[in-house]
Amino acid sequence: MASNSSGGGSSDRQGIAQQRLRIIAGHLRGPVDGDSTILAAECKAQGSNTDVSSEGKTVPRRRQEIMKWNGWGYSDSRFLFNKKGQAEFTGKRYRLSGMIIPGLKDWFEGTFGANLQHKTPPTPLLTNTAVPPATLNEAFVEEVKSTGIPFSHDAEDRVFRAHGHCLHEIFALREGKIGRVPDMVVWPSCHNDVVKIVQLACKHNVCLMPYGGGTSVSSALECPPEETRSIVSLDTSQMNRILWIDEKNLTAHVEAGIVGQDLERLLNESGYCTGHEPDSMEFSSLGGWVATRASGMKKNIYGNIEDLVVHIKMVTPQGVIEKSCQGPRMSTGPDIHHFIMGSEGTLGVVTEVTMKIRPMPEYQKYGSVVFPNFEQGVACLREVAKQRCAPASIRLMDNEQFKFGHALKPQVSSIFTSFLDGLKKFYITKFKGFDPNHLCVATLLFEGNREKVLQHEKQVYDIAAKFGGLAAGEDNGQRGYMLTFVIAYLRDLGMDYYVIGESFETSVPWDRVLDICRNVKARIIRECKDKGVQFPPLSTCRVTQTYDAGACVYFYFAFNYRGLSDPVHVYEQVEHAAREEILANGGSLSHHHGVGKLRKEWMRDTISNVGMGMLKSVKDYVDPNNIFGNRNLL
Amino acid sequence: MGTIVLFTPLKLFDPMLKKRDDFEDILEERRTSSDLRYALRCYTPVLYKGVTPCKTSVLKSMVLQSDQLHYVINQVSKESGRAADDVREEASAILEEMAHSLQLSTVRFFAFMLSKVFKTLFRSICVNEEGIQRLQQAIQEHPVVLLPSHRSYMDFLLMSYILYTYDVALPVIAAGMDFMGMKFVGEMLRMSGAFFIRRSFGGDKLYWSVFSEYVKTMLKNGYAPVEFFLEGTRSRTSKSLTPKLGLLNIVMDPFLKGEVFDVNVVPVSISYERILEESLYARELLGVPKPKESTSGLFKARKVLSEDYGSIHVYFGQPVSVRSLAEGRVNRCQFNLVPRHIPRRPSEEIQSFVNDSAYRLVRAQEENMVLKPWVLLASLLLQNHHQNRAAGQKPGMALDELTTQAVWLRDVSRQYGAFLHWPDHTSPSEVVSSGLSLHRALVRVCEGRVQLAVEQEEELLSQAVVVLSCASYRNQMLHVFVRPALLASAIHIASSNQKRKTDVFNSFSFLRNMFSSEFILCPGATVQDFEEACYLLVKTGVLQVTQQEVLVTERGHRTLAFLTSMLDPFLQGYQVVCRFLCEEDTETLTEKQFIPAVRKFIVNHLLAGRLRYAEVLSSDLQKNALAALQRLGAVRKIKGYLVKIQHFLTQL
Repeated sequence: MASNSSGGGSSDRQGIAQQRLRIIAGHLRGPVDGDSTILAAECKAQGSNTDVSSEGKTVPRRRQEIMKWNGWGYSDSRFLFNKKGQAEFTGKRYRLSGMIIPGLKDWFEGTFGANLQHKTPPTPLLTNTAVPPATLNEAFVEEVKSTGIPFSHDAEDRVFRAHGHCLHEIFALREGKIGRVPDMVVWPSCHNDVVKIVQLACKHNVCLMPYGGGTSVSSALECPPEETRSIVSLDTSQMNRILWIDEKNLTAHVEAGIVGQDLERLLNESGYCTGHEPDSMEFSSLGGWVATRASGMKKNIYGNIEDLVVHIKMVTPQGVIEKSCQGPRMSTGPDIHHFIMGSEGTLGVVTEVTMKIRPMPEYQKYGSVVFPNFEQGVACLREVAKQRCAPASIRLMDNEQFKFGHALKPQVSSIFTSFLDGLKKFYITKFKGFDPNHLCVATLLFEGNREKVLQHEKQVYDIAAKFGGLAAGEDNGQRGYMLTFVIAYLRDLGMDYYVIGESFETSVPWDRVLDICRNVKARIIRECKDKGVQFPPLSTCRVTQTYDAGACVYFYFAFNYRGLSDPVHVYEQVEHAAREEILANGGSLSHHHGVGKLRKEWMRDTISNVGMGMLKSVKDYVDPNNIFGNRNLL
Repeated sequence: MGTIVLFTPLKLFDPMLKKRDDFEDILEERRTSSDLRYALRCYTPVLYKGVTPCKTSVLKSMVLQSDQLHYVINQVSKESGRAADDVREEASAILEEMAHSLQLSTVRFFAFMLSKVFKTLFRSICVNEEGIQRLQQAIQEHPVVLLPSHRSYMDFLLMSYILYTYDVALPVIAAGMDFMGMKFVGEMLRMSGAFFIRRSFGGDKLYWSVFSEYVKTMLKNGYAPVEFFLEGTRSRTSKSLTPKLGLLNIVMDPFLKGEVFDVNVVPVSISYERILEESLYARELLGVPKPKESTSGLFKARKVLSEDYGSIHVYFGQPVSVRSLAEGRVNRCQFNLVPRHIPRRPSEEIQSFVNDSAYRLVRAQEENMVLKPWVLLASLLLQNHHQNRAAGQKPGMALDELTTQAVWLRDVSRQYGAFLHWPDHTSPSEVVSSGLSLHRALVRVCEGRVQLAVEQEEELLSQAVVVLSCASYRNQMLHVFVRPALLASAIHIASSNQKRKTDVFNSFSFLRNMFSSEFILCPGATVQDFEEACYLLVKTGVLQVTQQEVLVTERGHRTLAFLTSMLDPFLQGYQVVCRFLCEEDTETLTEKQFIPAVRKFIVNHLLAGRLRYAEVLSSDLQKNALAALQRLGAVRKIKGYLVKIQHFLTQL
C-alpha cells in the first residue's frame, strides 16, 4: 500500500478500508471459495468426516503442519538477519512479509548491546525422546475410542499443547527441555462430543485441560507437575463453525473453538463482524476469550468480551450450564456468565457462544498524533476518554517504543517518500521543537460511515492539538497496528541473539497512569541492574485502552542476557518485581491476560479472603473432583 | 524475657568496619584566591533529570492549583461557611508568607560575605568530597532531601555555602518563623533559599495543606533539594534530639504514594570544634531566657568575630533510599482506594515506619560526627571535677595525667567506633595543650594542673555555665558510648557478684526505656541495643558473656567505671526530679511551673551538697525526666496539671 495515499480521493480511502480488512483476514491458507462455511447443521454423526466443516479454517488438528513448535506463529513467517546483516521478514502472509527492514539491526544492536556474531540458535528439532512417556488411563482411552472422537498420544501433539507463550515456556522449548506434558490429546468436534468426554473423564478420574488457541501468557497451559492422574488436553480447535447468524437480533451462534481470524473472515463474508480483535486474534479462540475475559483493541466501539456475549454454553462435571433465553440484560441474581468468564478452564469447557455482531464498517481510517512528551499524550487520552469520543482504537506509545516502531519501518521504495519522511522529521523536531528523545506518538483507528469518521477524526485531532499534538499521518498509525501482529515474531528473533523479553499489562485509574508507567519502567531497570544484567534493558510502555475511569497499560521489557547463567530466572525475578510495583502503584493484577498460574500468588490480596472463598466454593460445587485440574486462578 | 537470642549478625555492630571518607578544607582556596571572583564565578548545577529551575511565581501557582489544596480549600469553606475565594485568598497569603525566593545574586552576596566571615572565625571548613560526589549523583537520579544536624545558627548558611562551592544545586530550607522577626535578615535568608514555617499550627488544616503541598511540589519535580532539620531545633546540649516527624512524613509521602520512583535522603553531620553559641546555650538551659532574634542583636554578636572557633567538619553521609527503607515495611497498596490528593492521617504502619526511619537517620548523622580531642578532655575533666569535689580533694588534675588518660580514652573510643580526629603525627601532649588552649574560656591550667574554670566562691549559676558548656562537649561522644554505658550501669545496679544475664538485661531495658527521650535509642530495638552493647564490651575485653552470666574481667573495671560515671549525672538528675515530685506538693503545679520549681529544688540540693552535678540544672534534662516519668506512668497530665501516681513514684 502506498504510504502517501492520505491525500487521495474516496476511491483511495475505499482501498485503504479494503486493505485493512484484508490484513485482518489476510492470513488465509488458501482461497476461500465462497461456499457456505456457515452451517446451521447440528453436530454430524461421529465418524471419519469430522473434518469436513473445518475446510478453509486456519487451524488443523496437527498444528505442527503450519506452526512453529518452539516459537510464535506460522512456520513460514519469521524475522532473520540476512547475509548482509539486514533484517527481513519471511513468508507471504503479512504486509511486512518479504520486506527488508534496514533500521532494525542498528536499533537492535544499539538498544541491547547485542551483536549479530553472538548467536543463540534453538534446538532445531523436537526429539521425541525428550518427551516423557504418556501415562494413559486405559479404560478412559478405550471408551473415548468407542465414541469415535479423534485423539492422539503422539509426542509432538502433546508437546504442542503443553505450553502457552510465556518467556520461560518458549525458552525451555528452544533448549529442547520438556517438562510435564499432557498424556493425550482429544479433538471434539461439537458440544455433544465435549459432553461425552467430560462424562468419561469424571467416570475414570482423568484430569482435563481445555486448550483453545494456545496463546496464553499466564502459564495457564502448563501441566501441574504434581498431577498424578492422566492429563488429557481437550483441544477445541475443531469446534470452529458458525452455527447460525440472526440478522434480526444481530447475533451469531458460534462454536467456541473458532479462532479470531476465522470468525471475522466468515462473518465478513456475510457482511458482519464482531469487532473483537485482541492482538492474538490470528490464533486465539472464542472459548479462550471467554475463559480469560479477553479484551479487543476496538473495544471502544464493540466492547470487551463480557459486553459481546449474549449466551454461553459450558460443559462442567456437574452438567451443562447455560441461560434459558437470550434477553439482552437480566436481573436474575449474580450473572452466571461471570462465573464462566475468567474461570480459566477450571470449571469446564465453553462449547458454544452467542455473540453480538455488527454490520461491517463502511469506512476505516488510521491516524497518528505526535506529542512533545508522554505526559501530554496521557493528558490528551484522558481528555478523549472524558469526552467519550475515543475512536475504535487509540494507543499511546512512549518514546522508546516510538523509536522501536521507527526502526521497524520497511525499506522505502522511492526517494520521494524518504525525502518526505526527512521533511516530516525536520518539521517536528526542528520547527516544532520536539525533542526526539521525549516525543511520543498515539496511533488511532476510526471506524464507521465516512462522514462520521471524518467528523470524529477532526474532533479527536482538535483535542490533541490542545495538548500540543501534531497529526503525523495515516501511515504511522497503520504501521503501529501492523506491529501488533509481528511483535511476537520479533521476540523469537531476539532469542536468536541473547535477547529475551516479554510484555505484561495492567489496568489503572487515570490519575495513576503516569506514575505507574514511570515507576514500573524504573523498577525494571533497577532490578536488572541489581540482578547482574550486564546491559541496560529495554523498558517501555504504552497505553492501549481508555476507559471512563482509567486505562490499560502495557509494559514491554527485554534485555541482553549474555553473561548470565540463569537468564530465565533473572527474567522471572524482574517480572515479579515489576508486578509488585504495579500493584503498589494501584494497578490491577491483570486487565485481560488473566491470572493462570503465573500470577496466582497475588489473587488473595487482589480479591480478599471472602472473594477467594466465594470462588473456591463455586469450584468445589461445580468440580468437586478437580477434573478440570489445570490449577489456574485459585 | 527468658532467653536472649542473638539474631543480628554481629558484624553489623562492629564499628571498626565503618569506612569513612577523607576531608578537604574548602577555606584553603579562599585564603589564596579572590573572594569576589569566587562569588561571581559561573554557577551551573545539574538538577534532577535535567529539569530547569522553576520561577517562584510558577511554583506558587502550581501549589495553589494543586488538587490537594483545592480539596482542602473547599472543605474548609464548607466547614466554616466562608466563601471558597476567601479561603483561597488566605491560602495564597500563607504561601506568600512561607515561600522562598531564591535568587542567585543573594547567594553570591552571601558567598562573598561568608567567605570573609568564615575565614576570620574558623581555621578550616573540612568537607568530604566523596560525599559531595555521591550527593551530586543522587540529585540527578532522584529527588533529594538534605538532613543536616543542627547545632548552630550557622548550619544552613554553611550548607548552602558548601553546595555553592561545589557547584551542587542549592537547597530550599525549612526555617522557623522566628527568623522572620529579623526584618532585613529574614528577607535575605528567604532570597538565599529559606522558606518559613510557623512553629506550631496544630489543627490548622489549611496551613498544613499549603505547607505540605509546597514542600512536595518542590521535591517531586526536583526543582531543588529540600533541606530541613530532623531535630526540629538547634540542640543546646550537643546531644541529638528526638527527631520530629512532620516534615519527614511529608517528604516520604510522594514516594509512598508512587508519585516519584524514589526519594534519597542524605544525612549530613556538621561538627564544630567550638560552637559559636556555646555559653548562650548554657545560659538558656539554666533559665536565662534567650534573646529574641533581632537584627541589632546580631550586630551586638559581632564580638564573636574576634575569637578563634577552630575548625568545622561537614560529612555528607551515604544517600539513603526511602524505597529501600520501605521495602518489606510498608504496604503501598494502602493508598489504592482513596484518591491520593485527599489528605489523610498516616496509618499506624506508616507512622511507625517514619519514626523508625527518623531514628535511623539521626543515628546516621551521629555516626559521622567528627570528635575532636577536646571532647575527650572535657569528659575526663568533668568526671575528675565531680570526683574531686566529692572527695574534697584539690581541684583539677596534673597535665601529664590528663594526657595519659586522654590517650587511653582515645584508644577506647576508637574501638567503640568514634569518628575521632586525633592528629596522628603530633605528640599527645601537644594535642592536649592545643585542645585546652582553644577552649581556654572553660579550663584553666596553672602549676601544671588542669581544672575547669570554676571558682569555688563563684555564684552557683556561673559555675553551672562552665559545667554545662563542658558537658555539651562531652555529650558529643555520648552516642558512641550510650549503649555500653547503659549496660555498664545495668551491671553496676545488679548488686551481687553473680550477674545473671536476665537480671542485667532487665535493668538495661529499664534504663534504656527511662532514657529514651534523653538519648537516641530507636524504639523497640531493646534486644538489638543490648546485643550491640554486649558485643562491644566483649570485644574490648571488658566483659565475658555466657549463656546465663555476665562477668566483668580484671582489666574491664576501668572502662566500666568510666562508662558508669558518664551516665551518672543523668541517673542522679532523674532521681532528683523523682524526689522533687515525691516530696513537693505538686497538686497545683502546671507543666509551665514545673521547670522553675524543680530548678529551685535542685539548687537547694546542690547548695546543701546533697547533689554534686551542677549539670542537673539543665532544663533539657528536667524536661526529659518529666517526659520519661509520664511515659512510665508515674506522672499524668490532666488539664495541664501534673498528677503523680504516688505508688509508682515511690517504686522508682
